[in-house]
Amino acid sequence: MSAHLPILQVVVPLLAAPFCLFLKRGRAAWGLAVLASWAALAIALALLGQVMQEGVLSYAIGDWAPPIGIEYRVDVVNAWVLVIVSGIGAVVAPYAMASIEREVEAGRIPLFYAAYLLCLSGLLGITITGDMFNVFVFLEISSLSAYALIALGQARRALTSAFRYLIMGSVGATFIVIGIGLLYVMTGSLNMADLAQLLPEVWDSRTVKVAYGFLAVGFCLKLALFPLHLWLPNAYTYAPSAVTAFMASTATKVAVYMLLRFFLTVFGAPFSFDVMALDRVLLPLALVAIASMSLVAIFQVNVKRLLAYSSVAQIGYMILGLSFATVTGLTATLLHLFNHALMKGALFMAMGCVMYRIGSVHINAMAGLGRRMPWTMAAFVAGGLSLVGVPLTVGFVSKWYLILGALERGWWPVAILVLLTSLLALVYIWRVVEAAYFRDFPGDESTREAPWTLLGPTWALVALNLYFGIDAGRTVEIARQAAEVLMAGIGP
Amino acid sequence: MREEVIVRVGAKVLAPFIITFGLYVHFHGDYSPGGGFQAGVILAAAIALLALVYGLDAVQKVVTPRFVRACAALGVIIFAGVGVVTMVLGHNYLGYNALAHDPEHGQHYGILGVELGVLVTVFGVMVTVFYLFAGRRRRKQ
Repeated sequence: MSAHLPILQVVVPLLAAPFCLFLKRGRAAWGLAVLASWAALAIALALLGQVMQEGVLSYAIGDWAPPIGIEYRVDVVNAWVLVIVSGIGAVVAPYAMASIEREVEAGRIPLFYAAYLLCLSGLLGITITGDMFNVFVFLEISSLSAYALIALGQARRALTSAFRYLIMGSVGATFIVIGIGLLYVMTGSLNMADLAQLLPEVWDSRTVKVAYGFLAVGFCLKLALFPLHLWLPNAYTYAPSAVTAFMASTATKVAVYMLLRFFLTVFGAPFSFDVMALDRVLLPLALVAIASMSLVAIFQVNVKRLLAYSSVAQIGYMILGLSFATVTGLTATLLHLFNHALMKGALFMAMGCVMYRIGSVHINAMAGLGRRMPWTMAAFVAGGLSLVGVPLTVGFVSKWYLILGALERGWWPVAILVLLTSLLALVYIWRVVEAAYFRDFPGDESTREAPWTLLGPTWALVALNLYFGIDAGRTVEIARQAAEVLMAGIGP
Repeated sequence: MREEVIVRVGAKVLAPFIITFGLYVHFHGDYSPGGGFQAGVILAAAIALLALVYGLDAVQKVVTPRFVRACAALGVIIFAGVGVVTMVLGHNYLGYNALAHDPEHGQHYGILGVELGVLVTVFGVMVTVFYLFAGRRRRKQ
């Protein structure tokens, strides 16, 4: 059975999704979703273990040997991303029960879990496949279900923000498929490993460079790199809380993975950095994203929107690591994929608890909440400290490697900017803390702490934030190995 | 249109042939142009024709919205299920050779199986979309 793990990673949630539609009761669909997402996590962990021991795994779908057939190819890089995505999926699924029952009408709850599992399997599929066209197919599966998930939000604006995301996401996906098509025209292959061998012969052709450009814009739209991030804040603000927690920790991470996979494995680091100057294009965009979006976040009054802008800034950190074009920089990027998923997951889930009890995440509505909902707000503070990068949290580990990478290149101003923008994060987190702990509670006296079904998963993520902040050896080791694999490439 | 005898009888006569043609496009799909997607759309077109002539309510009594929605989910289960069956039989996912002793037959059954899944899902989604648009004005009133 263990030989089939790569395909089961995708098929388990994919097959569970339609069964959710046949279950009329929301709780039954929820149970199935929890089981499927936990199974996905178990498979991802098993795959990571296998890859660390045996090296690259390859699975030929339909017994058609690659490069003719579709190949699922697992190395340290995507095994790592699989663990991140399925891990968040497994934590959000149990959390969703109470949160979704409050925010989504009863008849639609089985539909919600079907879309949730489809989105999960789409994201896992993008990550695991070694076939470029398969990437596009799974991208559409995950995106279409994501639009539906966002549109389930309570506010009417959820519909317009989902529609906006649909337009921008479709433009991004179209650009990606155009790029894939151009590469296919030039090489006659869709298999990534095969392309890595074939592409160096046609590096000089304009078609390949145009394909590179199309792919770059498509990926940057999907991962919401400044200035292509405009779909993100509204989508995260108006989606149901559980959806926001899931999407913020997975969707953009997978887009970053796609960018790394295409530009470093398929095209190869020499082509990306020496010919196309990817690092010099991304560096200014990343810096502007970090600085401007952190500033914008400070002035938000809706805490979910504040965290959404902070997400755009954090994506800037990931891209900044890539733009160093060194192993240390990439290690920081890959570490931050994991670490940011942990902290943003915890923060958005804490906001889901607030939404559950007081029905709003406006900063003024949260006044004095620290005494009413001590555990929820403590989780928010812990996640916030991690976001700022305080020692003993995962945020510190990411920032540490990011600054190491900057110093390695001798880029002092960049290192200082990373430190300064961490202070900006402190400012916007502090605004919430100030409201919650230093203002009087004006609201209803009966407001109580969120139920443990919400607090449990939230605190599980907080605990992981602290655990991997104290004992970062494991995660750093995997991220470094993955970075080395990416930088070395598999070309001739 | 509901009072026109020719239209009503014409639609009634045509519908079975449209459905048969849809099934032909599906089962002959591996020898000639066609396949599950096209067949699903053709089947849905038969439903749409009947709904246009006889009215949405009459058609929805026979082909209920719940049924078509179940079809949409069932097709995915058929498609992914074929893959699981081949895996249980000891081959890779969607390795159709597992389905018969002769690989040529195995490939044939396998592709018909997954295309049947496509047919059922496409039919379900097409009719659901049609019902949603056709029922829009009524719900507003």
